Amino acid sequence: MSYHIAVCAGIVPDPLQTLEPVSGPQGPALKNEMMLPAVLDPWAAHALYEASHLAKNVPGSKVYLVSLAPKAKLQQVLMTMAQKVAFELVALDGPSSGFTESADVASALAAAIEAIPGLDRSQLLLFGGWESAARAAGTTLAMVGERLGITEQFQGVDALKVGADGSLEILERVEGGKHQVSVCAGAPAVLGWATGSLPEPPNSPQTGMQNMRTVMPALQKAKPAQVGAHAFLSVSLPKQQRTTRIVKDVPAAEVAREIAAWIRGS
Amino acid sequence: MRTTARPKTATLKTLPGDDVHQILWRFSDRFDLQMLVNSVRSVARGPVARLVASGARNTHEWTPEKASLLKEFDAAGVTSASLDAEYGGYIDGPKNFALALSAFELAWVDGGAATASLAGCLALAPIHERGTEEQRAHYMKLCSPTLNAEPLRGAFCLTEPLPYVGVETGLLSGKVRIAEWKEGEEPMLEVDKRGRFTTNMGFANFVTAAVDSGDERIKGSCMVILEETDPGTFDRGSATKKMVHQLSSTTDPIFHLTVPASRIIGGYEIKDGVIVPNFNHSEVIEAVFRRTRVTVGLMTAAKLLSAVEPLLRYHRDRFRGGETTHPGSVRYELGLQQKEDVLHRLLEVWATGEAAASLGFAAARLFDELDPLEQEKTALLAAQGAGKGMSAFRAMRKLEPDAIAAIRAHRTPDNPLIRYLILDSAANVFCPAAKLWNTGHGANELREAVSLMGGYGITEDCPGFLVQKWTDAQLEATYEGPEAVQRRQLSVTMTNEVFLAQFQNWIGELRVIAGEHPATSACALATAMQMWLWTLRHLQNAKDADGQNLYQSSRQGVTFPMADALCWLLSARQLVLDTMELAAKGRDNASVAEGFDGLMEFYTDLCSIQSGRTAGEVGRICAELVFGYNRHVDWTGEGCFHREELISLESIIPGIESMARDVLETDGSHPPKAGPCVRFNGYEQFQALRSKLDGCITGSQLAKDRAGESLVAVMIPAALDYPA
Ligand SMILES: Cc1cc2nc3c(=O)[nH]c(=O)nc-3n(C[C@H](O)[C@H](O)[C@H](O)COP(=O)(O)OP(=O)(O)OC[C@H]3O[C@@H](n4cnc5c(N)ncnc54)[C@H](O)[C@@H]3O)c2cc1C
Repeated sequence: MSYHIAVCAGIVPDPLQTLEPVSGPQGPALKNEMMLPAVLDPWAAHALYEASHLAKNVPGSKVYLVSLAPKAKLQQVLMTMAQKVAFELVALDGPSSGFTESADVASALAAAIEAIPGLDRSQLLLFGGWESAARAAGTTLAMVGERLGITEQFQGVDALKVGADGSLEILERVEGGKHQVSVCAGAPAVLGWATGSLPEPPNSPQTGMQNMRTVMPALQKAKPAQVGAHAFLSVSLPKQQRTTRIVKDVPAAEVAREIAAWIRGS
Repeated sequence: MRTTARPKTATLKTLPGDDVHQILWRFSDRFDLQMLVNSVRSVARGPVARLVASGARNTHEWTPEKASLLKEFDAAGVTSASLDAEYGGYIDGPKNFALALSAFELAWVDGGAATASLAGCLALAPIHERGTEEQRAHYMKLCSPTLNAEPLRGAFCLTEPLPYVGVETGLLSGKVRIAEWKEGEEPMLEVDKRGRFTTNMGFANFVTAAVDSGDERIKGSCMVILEETDPGTFDRGSATKKMVHQLSSTTDPIFHLTVPASRIIGGYEIKDGVIVPNFNHSEVIEAVFRRTRVTVGLMTAAKLLSAVEPLLRYHRDRFRGGETTHPGSVRYELGLQQKEDVLHRLLEVWATGEAAASLGFAAARLFDELDPLEQEKTALLAAQGAGKGMSAFRAMRKLEPDAIAAIRAHRTPDNPLIRYLILDSAANVFCPAAKLWNTGHGANELREAVSLMGGYGITEDCPGFLVQKWTDAQLEATYEGPEAVQRRQLSVTMTNEVFLAQFQNWIGELRVIAGEHPATSACALATAMQMWLWTLRHLQNAKDADGQNLYQSSRQGVTFPMADALCWLLSARQLVLDTMELAAKGRDNASVAEGFDGLMEFYTDLCSIQSGRTAGEVGRICAELVFGYNRHVDWTGEGCFHREELISLESIIPGIESMARDVLETDGSHPPKAGPCVRFNGYEQFQALRSKLDGCITGSQLAKDRAGESLVAVMIPAALDYPA
């Protein structure tokens, strides 16, 4: 038994950047988004680390990173991500912003996954974030799964155990800080990850150089994805805003108290 | 008349990111290097920054926390970046540029961390550059973190306790003698060496040490490898109480060890019962330092550029949160950026950082190009029987006219020996220039950066660790040869005619650039280069008021300022060249293309600012040297009219008496000044150049005003990406 794990991951602006919504020619956008440094969507990044961990423990498994993002930005992000875990890249060129329609993104991703040469759909585990840091709607992965005909779907996953019989035991986040334990017979399945339990792997330029052999050709081949322009009736900033404050030598409890007071007060 | 100054059209949208730097410094297509940068950055802005923020620099001792960085370097591929693939490295070919990028990233946060990582390379460098095959294979393998869980660490030991080796590397007191030499066996050597300020010594497992012969059966000096397990004394000494770079380990060690003669770096021959090392210590050191010094220069460059973001944030946010400062008000939105001086000084820090980075990376790339050519040259000379030493020197010397002819004809010669001569002559200037200017002038500009942060700047809590970066720069200006050493080297290498022929071409090239991009002030730079060249030729032939030659090695008052002036020119030129690269390639990159116009205008303005400052510096230095060694005429000497003389001349040349100035009256009185004004006979060309140069500075202050608008408008992140 081995898995073909397809990890769907977009890219988002580095969270430290100042994000300012603006109206662009194609509708709402973030100011200077193309020029801001980007990172792999953090939820999806957790999924990628979990995928790599699983693939290492189940011989013969393979990890594909499937990404729809502006090619030039994705390349920069991969200069870091390719160093962390081994994968094969499937790239689609297109906007990765929070303002695209998730149904369009899902169909583009599903089509790209279907087209992966040699992909064994019966052994497919579709990984990704349970939501994205860009849109935070939590809708894309479910739709990719549906389009690929995968009905075993789990969201908010924090742990996956493979049983001796190939069954998958999955911990999903539910209300109140609790987890729901489910068992399914095996692949194919969709797992939308929350944070999982693995730390971010350190960079290894050696791993990076190995990945680059497939990453660059995949980027060159990346086809433009059809993600539609949609009309937004209105877009607004969240009412509650807080400016970033850097503090030093403040205990965590104190930080928590201050944030709670701020939430209560507003 | 139309002017070349452009109207304002676009400003910088975001701080220049990796994609911009990759174009400027020419590694857009080097994924190995881009990954190295990201990997080193995660160590620098993670564990290194956390250590600095937690006060780990506040002790001189080598602590377990500091030592933990070595493991971080190993895990992130920083240590193995200098190794060839067979020893677990992952970067093909020469590694000067790779190491430069790595040091740049580390120093962005902490110079000491950069030094700790580089000192290991420095220890291995003598073995890498001049070691025998066996030595190289043995030590490279043992030092590889890819091949060993506990790799060996090295230290490089040249400097000795006073009064021995410091700037003058010839005054070695460390000695090597023969301990035992059994018939038919390898000689055993006894090595006595005391080190001063030896980096990595708190933990090094081996040391590459410079020693002189203390035995008539050993010829000259050499470098030897000492290991901690060798019989005898391997005393690490106590920690140096240095006020800077505290994340690196420095001590004054003492060695008294017995080692086999096979530890002589580069091997030896036995001639008439005497051990003759294949390389003396100077030859080894020269090969090492000419590469590693560039990297040090880039450390200071990184620190200058790293100061920009925290300063912008401090200035912009300075008054936010005050009761009377409301969002939307100028005081709230712009803070200190309302004040022109704040903008202008930050631009000077920024322009210096860019020029320093441009110069340093150009030098590093030059050595990457030179390395394979050097190997080819060595092989070719050996095949011609010219070997090394004087015969090699003579063989190369003969080719100099061909090299100069090729340069003048703008032709790349087919003969690799001539290509080597050309590149080598430039490398011999670029290396000391990057070390000298980046660290020396860089330290001055870092002081400006600190002062722009007010009282906060001088505290440990200052975002971006500016005060540490400033003081650290003083060490960067000192170790691996302080400024005097770099100036001394430049004063020789910059007069090499092969270099000067290239320099002459560069003047023309800058004029062409100026034709297409006048706002770079490349024309001012070209004129300043012309003036420098004129001054050099003049000084090489001129004598001072006492009839002494001006341009000679003991006359450091002449040669050293000329070296400084050249550094200003080279760094400003390199910034212009890199900006031209951005002009050519920027639009091809989708993320750079989006804000391209503002980016290009901003870099163009930085070029103009730097070229203007350079022209000012060069003009001042050249004028001081050209006129400063002449004695001012006084009222007793020639050059002034006597009143009686004028009265008698009046009958021959009517009106002369009323026109003449500098007149000595009959009673001995004269106009209130030092003497008759200096005449410029013989200096007409210089005078013309000087006034032309002053005129060429036209527009550079306008560039500052324009670039200042970018500082006000540019979007910056909400917080620094490393702790403070
Ligand atoms: C933290 C630290 C780490 C170091 N690490 C190492 C290491 O790992 N290995 C190693 O071997 N060394 C190391 N060094 C030593 C360093 O390279 C020397 O300190 C440096 O080369 C200067 O030598 P000196 O201190 O003896 O200065 P001096 O020789 O005393 O010179 C002092 C000053 O006098 C002037 N001067 C001296 N000679 C001349 C001249 N000929 N012409 C004009 N002016 C002159 C210059 O202004 C010069 O800066 C380190 C030093 C420090 C502080």
